[in-house]
Amino acid sequence: MKRHLLESADLDRADATLVLDTAAQIDQALAGREVKKLPTLRGRTVVNLFYEDSTRTRISFELAAKRLSADVINFSAKGSSVSKGESLKDTALTLEAMGSDAIVVRHSASGAPHRLAHWVQGSVVNAGDGTHEHPTQALLDAYTIRRRLGRLDGVRVVVVGDVLHSRVARSNVWLLTTLGAEVTLVAPPTLLPVGVGSWPVTVSYDLDAVLPKADVVMMLRVQLERMTASFFPSAREYSRRYGLDAVRMAALGDDAIVMHPGPMNRGMEIAADVADSVRSTIVEQVGNGVSVRMAVLYLLLGGNA
Amino acid sequence: MTVLIKGARVLGGEPADLLLADGRVAEVGQRLDAAGATVVDAGGLVALPGLVDLHTHLREPGREDAETVETGSRAAALGGFTAVHAMANTDPVADTAGVVEQVWRLGRKAGLVDVVPVGAVTVGLRGERLAELGAMADSAARVRVFSDDGHCVADPALMRRALEYVKAFDGVVAQHAEEPRLTAGAQMNEGDRSARLGLAGWPAAAEEAVIARDVLLAQHVGARLHVCHVSTAGSVEILRWAKSRGVQVTAEVTPHHLLLTEACAESYDPVFKVNPPLRTDEDVLALRQGLADGTIDAVATDHAPHAVEDKESEWASARPGMLGLEQALAVVVQALVEPGLLDWAGVADRMSVRPAAIGRLSGLGDRAHGRPLAAGEPANLLLLDPAARSVVDPAALASRSRNSPYAGRELPGRVVATFLRGEATVLDGKAVR
Amino acid sequence: MASSTEPAPGQAAPAALLAPADVARVVDRMAHQLIEKAGDALADLVLVGIPTRGAPLARRLAARVEAFSGARVDTGTVDITLYRDDLRLRGVRALEDTVLPPAGIDGRLVVLVDDVLFSGRSVRAALDALRDLGRPRAVQLAVLVDRGHRELPIRADYVGKNVPTSRAQTVRVHLTETDGTDEVLVTEGAA
Repeated sequence: MKRHLLESADLDRADATLVLDTAAQIDQALAGREVKKLPTLRGRTVVNLFYEDSTRTRISFELAAKRLSADVINFSAKGSSVSKGESLKDTALTLEAMGSDAIVVRHSASGAPHRLAHWVQGSVVNAGDGTHEHPTQALLDAYTIRRRLGRLDGVRVVVVGDVLHSRVARSNVWLLTTLGAEVTLVAPPTLLPVGVGSWPVTVSYDLDAVLPKADVVMMLRVQLERMTASFFPSAREYSRRYGLDAVRMAALGDDAIVMHPGPMNRGMEIAADVADSVRSTIVEQVGNGVSVRMAVLYLLLGGNA
Repeated sequence: MTVLIKGARVLGGEPADLLLADGRVAEVGQRLDAAGATVVDAGGLVALPGLVDLHTHLREPGREDAETVETGSRAAALGGFTAVHAMANTDPVADTAGVVEQVWRLGRKAGLVDVVPVGAVTVGLRGERLAELGAMADSAARVRVFSDDGHCVADPALMRRALEYVKAFDGVVAQHAEEPRLTAGAQMNEGDRSARLGLAGWPAAAEEAVIARDVLLAQHVGARLHVCHVSTAGSVEILRWAKSRGVQVTAEVTPHHLLLTEACAESYDPVFKVNPPLRTDEDVLALRQGLADGTIDAVATDHAPHAVEDKESEWASARPGMLGLEQALAVVVQALVEPGLLDWAGVADRMSVRPAAIGRLSGLGDRAHGRPLAAGEPANLLLLDPAARSVVDPAALASRSRNSPYAGRELPGRVVATFLRGEATVLDGKAVR
Repeated sequence: MASSTEPAPGQAAPAALLAPADVARVVDRMAHQLIEKAGDALADLVLVGIPTRGAPLARRLAARVEAFSGARVDTGTVDITLYRDDLRLRGVRALEDTVLPPAGIDGRLVVLVDDVLFSGRSVRAALDALRDLGRPRAVQLAVLVDRGHRELPIRADYVGKNVPTSRAQTVRVHLTETDGTDEVLVTEGAA
């Protein structure tokens, strides 16, 4: 493992598998026990440095660190020195001077975790940067797929929605293909990046054509403000062409699962009855997120003083 | 002051002596002698006419923490320049005779290069109505180049009027070609890398569409157009087509677009953030070819100093731009001379003769630039050691800023001396003041 | 912990302390001791192996106890990696299984099983892990080899073989399940 987790490309197949295996062992070690806490990172300090509001990701990392007995500091950019104009670099150096061993960073600017890693000695974990990557989300998605389907090699994953602006899509493309899955991206052409042709994926504009062969359908959140920028004409048209409803779900194979990184726009990219169906892994993904983030923190922080 | 330069290879030719006296080249010949002259041994050095930059950001007035006319002038002299065009996007904007005269006076005071102010095309660079172009042209600063650089004159009707209006005083509009609606939020060249890095793309078409529009407008109204910092292969094609049709269009390319590619963005280090963005290998090759065959007329630095805090940040919030004055010639040597695309005469043409002509500096008598190194001409020249190589150390730069994209890179050539009207501004590779 | 590397070139072939038949005999003796010492508590006995080689050792011991006593014996494993106090020194490693019997360990007699007892730090980590997993009535320790040099006040309740060693020596246990053969080797030089 590298010192930082900045993007999925930091993980080769062996590293990615190690993270998933470690998460599985942690799940097993903690299953059914009263004290859901391990002493592994006692005396280590993990800072959650969040420049964007993301309660669910922040809580997931916080819980992961606490279950490993690390001290956790939540640093939200709002109402702090950051809103008074302090630079990312100064904030990072300040936190490190206070003794942080790892910084978990969420930032609206793509590449902000890379810059951070350049300035600090400790480990940096990317918890989502702009429209670039969100590697722990991809790890928990891969973990969820492996638990449900028993494998990743050769699994056909269809990712549907706003790929252009999605860090979840990017991280999943690189991680899932590293792990041997076959990824198909489905979106209106306006929501696919120019240059997607160089990615190791298949691209389709037709959701109905790809659903019957899918093992996994991963729906991405579509933000309504994209509509005003003419990425698509209306919510209704988007939903009709790219939303997953019960009728489309019926076209899926028997064992196929439906995923969503959350938060969902019910009725937009995913119908409520689909989100709540037995195929849906959405709640499971949240739980798996804690285990996977524990694995990441253990592997990054456990060894190096 | 009388200076005798011994054994310089003028434009890379056979060694000759040059005698500089009273601001002019008094004599060029073999075994010259002059009593009391300061002798400069130029054995092995190449003599080129003093370089002329069409595109320099000196930041004064307004951002003197990033650069001043004086520090920028010193950087220019060290790069072998004897004249620089100071861009108008200062604070206040150089959109009145008052501001351009202030910049011009500061340049005179520094006295290291001729600082030639560029006037804004529109008031406040806002792209809404024309600035008082004639007043700037008639001022002591004698403005001939007008540009909203940093912003595109995007309104086609306004661009047409600007092109027409400056004909009255032989001016030229230097367009920053960027269709703003296609580059909202753009961070880097749009393509495979931007897709992967999650940085909003700046499509080549946003530059090429404006160049195509503007060459048609220039042709229609019979005006001169200059295109700033051409960055794509497509732009070169359009310029080639326009020139073949007789359009009065000239164009410049920056040193960084001749050497660096979008691959630099992979580090997310904003020192590589620039507008227009670094492009692909194919674009770099097309730009080199375009400069070599004359489709692109000039190398212009787009020297853009930025304070540390404006660059030591996340990519998206960093300001675009990079330093260029002190390494421009070295980059051209590496990108064009060493591969055999341009000889020394070609370098002189693209970095001195043609930019001076575009800025209408060639016919200024005593104060002319871009003239041949011949007896009777103003003694603006530089001496280059083409065999020297050095690693760029930003801390050693004369610019007040440190945002050099060449930091840590080894580049060829060293400017040993620069003379402005016969006076040394640089000697032994150091600024005289 | 023991490892199964080949001797380095130039090193003397390690002396086999226990051959395959010896290992079987020692395990049998430990099983008898367990039955005798547990007495009525045999029904509550859980043999919990410390991975890697403590795990198959626990299963073997359980099988022998069952064979000799007829009583069914639960087994489990507890991975101690996340409880180690030397992670910073030795770096992270892949985790191994933690599996407890369905009836759990609360109120039962837990016997931790490991291959080699050396500093005692692994056992301490295992005790910490057990504390988080439940509350046994009592915890005992069974090891195949006790080589001395304790760094903590820990002793084994059942010892297959006491082996006086120097700190410079390495004791390696090989088991069929993990290494293809049963043997205990002592080599010169640290592992």
